[in-house]
Amino acid sequence: MTAVDDRPTTEIGTARRRKEDRRLVTGRTRWTDNIQLPGMLHLAMVRSPFAHAKINGIETAEAKGAPNVIAVMTGHDIADIQGVNITAWPITPDQKSPDHLPMPLERVAHAGEIVAVVVARTAAAARDAAELVDVDYEELPAVLDLKAATTDEVLAHPDLGTNKSAFWQLDSKAGGTGGDIEEAIARAREGGIVIEREYRQQRLIPAFMEPRSTVVDPTGEQVVMWTATQAPHVLRFCIAATTGLPESKIRVIAPDVGGGFGGKLQSTPEEFITLAVARKLGKPCKYTETRSETMVSAHHGRDQWQKLTLTAEKDGTVTGLKVELLADLGAYAALVGGGVPVLGAWMFNAIYKFPAYQFNTTNYYTNKTWVDAYRGAGRPEATYAIERLMDELAAEVGVDPLEIREKNWIKHDEFPFTTVAGMTYDSGNYEAATARAKELFGYDELRAEQKRRRESGDPVQLGIGVSTFTEMCGLAPSRVLGSLNYGAGGWESASIRMLATGTVEVVTGASAHGQGHETAWSQIVADRLGVPFDSVEVLHGDTQIAPKGMDTYGSRSLVVGGEALVRAADKVIEKAKPIAAHLLEASVDDLEFSAGQFTVKGTDKGIGIGDVALATFAAHNYPEGVEPSIDADATFDPVNFSFPHGTHLCAMEVDTETGATRMRKYVCVDDIGNIINPLIVEGQVHGGLVQGIAQALWEGAEYDDQGTLVSGSFVDYTLPTTADTISFVTDHTTSPATSNSLGTKGVGEAGTIASTPAVVNAIVDAVRQFGVDDILMPCTPERVWKAIRSGGGTQDAATTPAQQAHFDEGTPNQDPAAGTTDGVVQ
Amino acid sequence: MIPAAFDYVAPTSLDDALAALAEAGDDAKVLAGGQSLLPILRMRLNAPEKVVDLGRIEALRGVRDGGDHVAIGAMTPYAEVVGDALVREHAGLLAKAVETVADPQIRHRGTVGGALVHADPAGDVGAPVLALDATMVVVGPGGERTVPAAEFFRDLFETAVDDGELLTEIRIPKHTGWGSAYEKFVRVSHQWSIVAVAATVRVEGGSIAEARVGLTNMGSTPLRATAVEQALVGSSASGLADACAAAAEGTNPPSDLNGDADYRRHLATVLTRRAVQKAMEG
Ligand SMILES: Cc1cc2nc3c(=O)[nH]c(=O)nc-3n(C[C@H](O)[C@H](O)[C@H](O)COP(=O)(O)OP(=O)(O)OC[C@H]3O[C@@H](n4cnc5c(N)ncnc54)[C@H](O)[C@@H]3O)c2cc1C
Repeated sequence: MTAVDDRPTTEIGTARRRKEDRRLVTGRTRWTDNIQLPGMLHLAMVRSPFAHAKINGIETAEAKGAPNVIAVMTGHDIADIQGVNITAWPITPDQKSPDHLPMPLERVAHAGEIVAVVVARTAAAARDAAELVDVDYEELPAVLDLKAATTDEVLAHPDLGTNKSAFWQLDSKAGGTGGDIEEAIARAREGGIVIEREYRQQRLIPAFMEPRSTVVDPTGEQVVMWTATQAPHVLRFCIAATTGLPESKIRVIAPDVGGGFGGKLQSTPEEFITLAVARKLGKPCKYTETRSETMVSAHHGRDQWQKLTLTAEKDGTVTGLKVELLADLGAYAALVGGGVPVLGAWMFNAIYKFPAYQFNTTNYYTNKTWVDAYRGAGRPEATYAIERLMDELAAEVGVDPLEIREKNWIKHDEFPFTTVAGMTYDSGNYEAATARAKELFGYDELRAEQKRRRESGDPVQLGIGVSTFTEMCGLAPSRVLGSLNYGAGGWESASIRMLATGTVEVVTGASAHGQGHETAWSQIVADRLGVPFDSVEVLHGDTQIAPKGMDTYGSRSLVVGGEALVRAADKVIEKAKPIAAHLLEASVDDLEFSAGQFTVKGTDKGIGIGDVALATFAAHNYPEGVEPSIDADATFDPVNFSFPHGTHLCAMEVDTETGATRMRKYVCVDDIGNIINPLIVEGQVHGGLVQGIAQALWEGAEYDDQGTLVSGSFVDYTLPTTADTISFVTDHTTSPATSNSLGTKGVGEAGTIASTPAVVNAIVDAVRQFGVDDILMPCTPERVWKAIRSGGGTQDAATTPAQQAHFDEGTPNQDPAAGTTDGVVQ
Repeated sequence: MIPAAFDYVAPTSLDDALAALAEAGDDAKVLAGGQSLLPILRMRLNAPEKVVDLGRIEALRGVRDGGDHVAIGAMTPYAEVVGDALVREHAGLLAKAVETVADPQIRHRGTVGGALVHADPAGDVGAPVLALDATMVVVGPGGERTVPAAEFFRDLFETAVDDGELLTEIRIPKHTGWGSAYEKFVRVSHQWSIVAVAATVRVEGGSIAEARVGLTNMGSTPLRATAVEQALVGSSASGLADACAAAAEGTNPPSDLNGDADYRRHLATVLTRRAVQKAMEG
């Protein structure tokens, strides 16, 4: 029994096109909003326009009387079953966390919070009636600015008595992983170098492509929720934990989901309200948000002030790093919430050998949209700070930024290396990635051009930015999470079902929302079991089909979920072996497995694994004492994180007359360990780069003094498109991870983490000659120009914002009486 | 988002359109390409009872040679204007400006007439139309009248086209042989102008014989920089900076996320110099 084998010898490493793309790209698939159920009702939310207000009353009669309206509900109507939006990570035992009801009864704490829901036969009727709900708000003073929040003069939640949520510290001396930071600073003040800076991580909006949507069907024995989430398992847990519905009565399905970037790992008020309304009415309900609603209510990302002190010897050898963060959580502690800044704690020291280190974060509430994980979560903030500082140190010492890094980084022969933050980096080679990046970039030529432009006083100056980043991926060893008070583990599970007709069902607890897991997982299983790629079907995102899972975020799916898959496949082979031996009338010890075939050593006898599966299904002939199944499950709990790294080089042109910036060249050489599918990796890197570059140049969520999100649409929240980016040069070096058998490290966030400081470093490098050492992100032309003019930082370049002025007929974004005198006539 | 409900009519003649508007009074809105009106309706910033769609009135679409001018039907989509040979030859400035509007999808649907009546000061059509001394043809219950571009823009989102009237045609005097450039300053490519400068010049013997300069988003309406135009006469390519220095004088630009008024004034001077320089080159 031998089959013709025309598969490539290995699937792993093949740049296959993603098998899921046909349905995802055409949209002819099960996006949540495409789901229609018999008798389904539609929801529209009534949201607070105020940042902070008491709800004195809600008049719903008129809305209830509107055509096709079934019900209008407020928090009081669903108070018994609405549940709570919980935080999974109280970072300290005494963390203050305000109650977060999906629909508050008495007080709203940010603009966009939901105060009532209209249920109607059509989405249009619901929207029309929502306009008729009359809410009597009593405005309360709002605290909007993060630094203002620290004074407690105005409180985001008066009952808490303070805006401070928690303080968290990691100290190398206390932890026994390094020296005393204060001593290092004192020594450097005497005879070394002290670099002190304050950087801003602006607020960002994870602008996933598919707006969030939820459908709930309460008519069966289990309540079924389809929702655009990246975390169906976590969501089911949160619903069970807070609504009174037993976990076994809840089925959460993440059908095809159009992007998330962390923005869909939340368990949201909208999901909880849709569930509560459907249960109250006993009818299927759908809620799909508008983009404007996404902008104000889906969680935001980043938002920190970073106070940094880096110390070094005169020659540039680093001696210490102290990090003091202020983190804005927005109005509530979100699911990961306060833990996001903490995720940066192990990464500020990055690839460098700091002898002393201290990380502090103090988290505050404000009356703004809540903040949680956004692509990179904690690590982009850390990477930005340290990579900007290393450039500052290079400038101070007067050497090339690559030279200062090389002086301080962990050498390739020093791995495994335990850092001052207590992490053990298993593998890496910073020298190799940097050498390759320099070569691809044409580093020396671009430096020469920079010099020429500088000397000739060219109005367009050139800057070169470096980012030699690392990150920690593969969230996460469960015991580590436990020691940090995180509310869950970090394992992942996989099951493999060997179907009778030769196909293989792979069930993963990871929940892809655009990453291409179906393709990558199929490649892994095809290789491991020796079955054709096309015979593998990957199932995910449904708590009834994939009952165990920790979902997808933190570059964990392949590193953790992939290993679970490998182990499940190996179990399948182990279980198939005695049955194969029985069928071949051979001893188990004489069997070998390769390329899908069990063969008897030294003979030409063999049987394919598919035939073993069929024989096992029939179960007519199998050994005594063996169960007739070769299906297998595995749950993998990692013992360590993985540590991708890379060298990113960016050249930016700065038009000194206008402050406009233009990207000239971008090269990145990432070491993400072994690569399963180079095409998918390329996609992740390119998309990640654009998102990171966007933080540097374009994106920023801005509020006005009233607490209104003024960048509340894509008119003002300037998301880039392909027209704004250049072709990136990408390449890889490889030092396999030792923490999983595939040797993979994770690539979902690398580009985003690395690119932001590379871009800002390049811009600052171009204008440092004018006395500039920092430019606030996003580095708008206005900020760059003002920095050049004032020859300093630009922490002050605040302007008066406008909101959607282009469509706002009759609402001037300026003084309409503006004269047109002197040199100008109409 | 979902707009509030409205009645919809799509007349096939100008007379029918005017009648439909007259009947509905204040509660009607004209629909051209919908690229500004639809967002307004979807965000519920406006809720007309009736929408009168001009899309089926063939007579309003297309470019024709009017002898001393190029006549552009109000319903001509951007994309057609950009590609039109007459426009490119005799009103090159307009083609260059329109080419910068938004993205291909919006240029496919959005119309020159719709943009002018919408009168967003950050829109890219007003300044070139003003600089080229265009004449607008407006039709209403009382018949047809013409309005010079200089009198067309009244204020932010306000023009000489009153309720119940329609803009039917834009007549642009031929500027054959003039060089032109539109310098649009944006942060991302699909954005409205932060500031833009429309410049067109007639060059004789290496220096400027005549110049027209329009400014986008430097006030509540498109503006003409006449002092600059005068100062430019006789300038050669090397002497532009002085003549352009006054470009922002008397303007009252907005302050927003993209930049404050001072920054915009600075940009206007730099962009004016660059636009004129490019215009001189062709
Ligand atoms: C994402 C986006 C980006 C954009 N970027 C830019 C940009 O970079 N630069 C730029 O200039 N513009 C930009 N625009 C606006 C675009 O140019 C619009 O197309 C234009 O403003 C309106 O033209 P329209 O044909 O679509 O008109 P509509 O939206 O249909 O109508 C606009 C207004 O004019 C009225 N109207 C239309 N035609 C007539 C007529 N013949 N007579 C009387 N009243 C009439 C309507 O009642 C309405 O009030 C952008 C729009 C969007 C959505």
